[in-house]
Amino acid sequence: MKSAKQKSLISKLAFTSIAFLFLITLNISAQGDAVNGKKLFNMNCAGCHKLDKDLVGPALGGMSDRRENAWLKSWIKDNVAFQKVDSDAKEAAEYSPAAMPAFPQLSDQEIDDIIEYTKPVVAEEMVAGSSTVVVAAAEPQDNTLLYILGAIVFVLILMIFNLYSTVNELKGNAPKRKTIEEQLKSIWRAFAGNKFLHFLLVIFFLLSSAYLGFSYLLQIGVDQGYQPIQPIEFSHKIHSGDNKIDCQYCHSAAKHSKSSGIPPANVCMNCHMNIAEVADGTVIGNHGKEVLNKEIQKLYDAVGWDKDKLAYIEGYEKKPIEWVRIHNLPDFAYFNHSQHVTVAGLKCQKCHGPVEEMDEVYQYSPLTMDWCISCHRETEVDMTENGYYKKIHEQLANKYGVKEVTAAQMGGMECGKCHY
Amino acid sequence: MKKVINIIVLVILVLVAASCDRSKRAPNLQYMPNMYEPVGYETYGANPNFEPGMEERLPVTGTIARGAEFTFEYDASIEGYELAKINLKSPLDLADIDAARSKSLYTIYCASCHGTKGDGQGDLVKNEKFLGVPNYKDRDITEGSIYYVLMYGKNMMGSHSSQLTEEERWQVTAYVQELRNN
Repeated sequence: MKSAKQKSLISKLAFTSIAFLFLITLNISAQGDAVNGKKLFNMNCAGCHKLDKDLVGPALGGMSDRRENAWLKSWIKDNVAFQKVDSDAKEAAEYSPAAMPAFPQLSDQEIDDIIEYTKPVVAEEMVAGSSTVVVAAAEPQDNTLLYILGAIVFVLILMIFNLYSTVNELKGNAPKRKTIEEQLKSIWRAFAGNKFLHFLLVIFFLLSSAYLGFSYLLQIGVDQGYQPIQPIEFSHKIHSGDNKIDCQYCHSAAKHSKSSGIPPANVCMNCHMNIAEVADGTVIGNHGKEVLNKEIQKLYDAVGWDKDKLAYIEGYEKKPIEWVRIHNLPDFAYFNHSQHVTVAGLKCQKCHGPVEEMDEVYQYSPLTMDWCISCHRETEVDMTENGYYKKIHEQLANKYGVKEVTAAQMGGMECGKCHY
Repeated sequence: MKKVINIIVLVILVLVAASCDRSKRAPNLQYMPNMYEPVGYETYGANPNFEPGMEERLPVTGTIARGAEFTFEYDASIEGYELAKINLKSPLDLADIDAARSKSLYTIYCASCHGTKGDGQGDLVKNEKFLGVPNYKDRDITEGSIYYVLMYGKNMMGSHSSQLTEEERWQVTAYVQELRNN
């Protein structure tokens, strides 16, 4: 009885799964190529449409269930012309104030491919297939446990030694030796009698205290390595390292102004209107996707963006994001970014270090006067294609008897250039 | 036994001392803070006199940037876009177009999505962060509409007017046209 039931269940299962597989293969072979469809969709449609969510245009997942194939083709190829002959199309156009462009370059086969990709079953399978690869990639590394284990082992070894010596003493096996007091007394007697040793010790003490004292005094006011906690856990590594966004895309003021600029939130929104979640498998320190999505939400809270409706909330009281400034010159030293970025053409990394590798930015350079000046002394100025000042440059080179003039020789070491 | 307890306490103390590196989270001491800290309000600093507490202010509506030639008279709507597409012309003539600079500006501000060749295959598209970026050649656009989109953005592209000056926007427009024609 039991076995018969099981058998029928198994055969049922087998039948449905075979039917399912058959259905999928039928789907793929009959209509279009979903892989090519994905490529085309990402290239042409994904700017305004997602599969599962409304964006500028409506969600396109399962669009073939809602509209006929021929209707979709006419709409995609030229929706403006189609609206004139089809009342349904006119209604569809009222979905959004933004007009959809025409895609005359897509062939019938290509549109079929896209439609194939938007079918719910196919898209889910492709997404599932790609996400398993991502999950396997990055595992966060955490060494704290290792350190704690090491410490425990160390303590245990100490305890074993201690026990061993106590056991030895209790057994009466301890060797006869001088007491510690006697030993100390003999060492002290030898030391007290040696005048030369006294002299050496005093010299050593003076030199080392002078060294320690001066190194302490010299590091006051130097913030190398300063790494404050920022209001948003923003990773430069993800933005400029992994995604290769240029530094100046966000710090756009660097090319024209004294300050390199804290990017206003509208620059963040240029990308984050579209990107409301971090990619699967993203990790910063111990924080995974769930925590990091909340960090993007902080940006939306600051500017008043509704990520579900994809619009700014009207009448929202915007809040500034209070970033903590890391690189801070004292008020009596003048520094201008545009002079270094635009005129000298320096890379940002020259002073700020490998920011594109930092999840959390820290001050890379000491920003001391010595550091400024040694760079000015070493850096040769690029005089090519600067005909206007040719004569002056030649005279300068003659005056110093050099071929290439350094920034310092151009006046980059005059006090008044930076202190006034 | 006492010895063992002492050792354990010592080890714990050392671990605690090593684990809290407060030093890098706070700025260092300064010799004379009143010479280091500016007296005036700093550009990106806080200023309690203005709402919502920042020194930076938005310019008054209708402000014309220094060096800009005219106010932008097309509004952010489909009609504005169509008008700009037909009527808006670049003030730069051939001699004003700086080939090297327009390319470098394009590379910094556009190529992440639109690709160095303008084919919509930038790094962000390749990483599947931003999708659906068209090839410039597939779209019916004019220099007027390119400039308009730089000003206001379009669909999922935001405005880039805060990152580029008027003249730079026209330089970028010229480079986009060059990519379209090649």
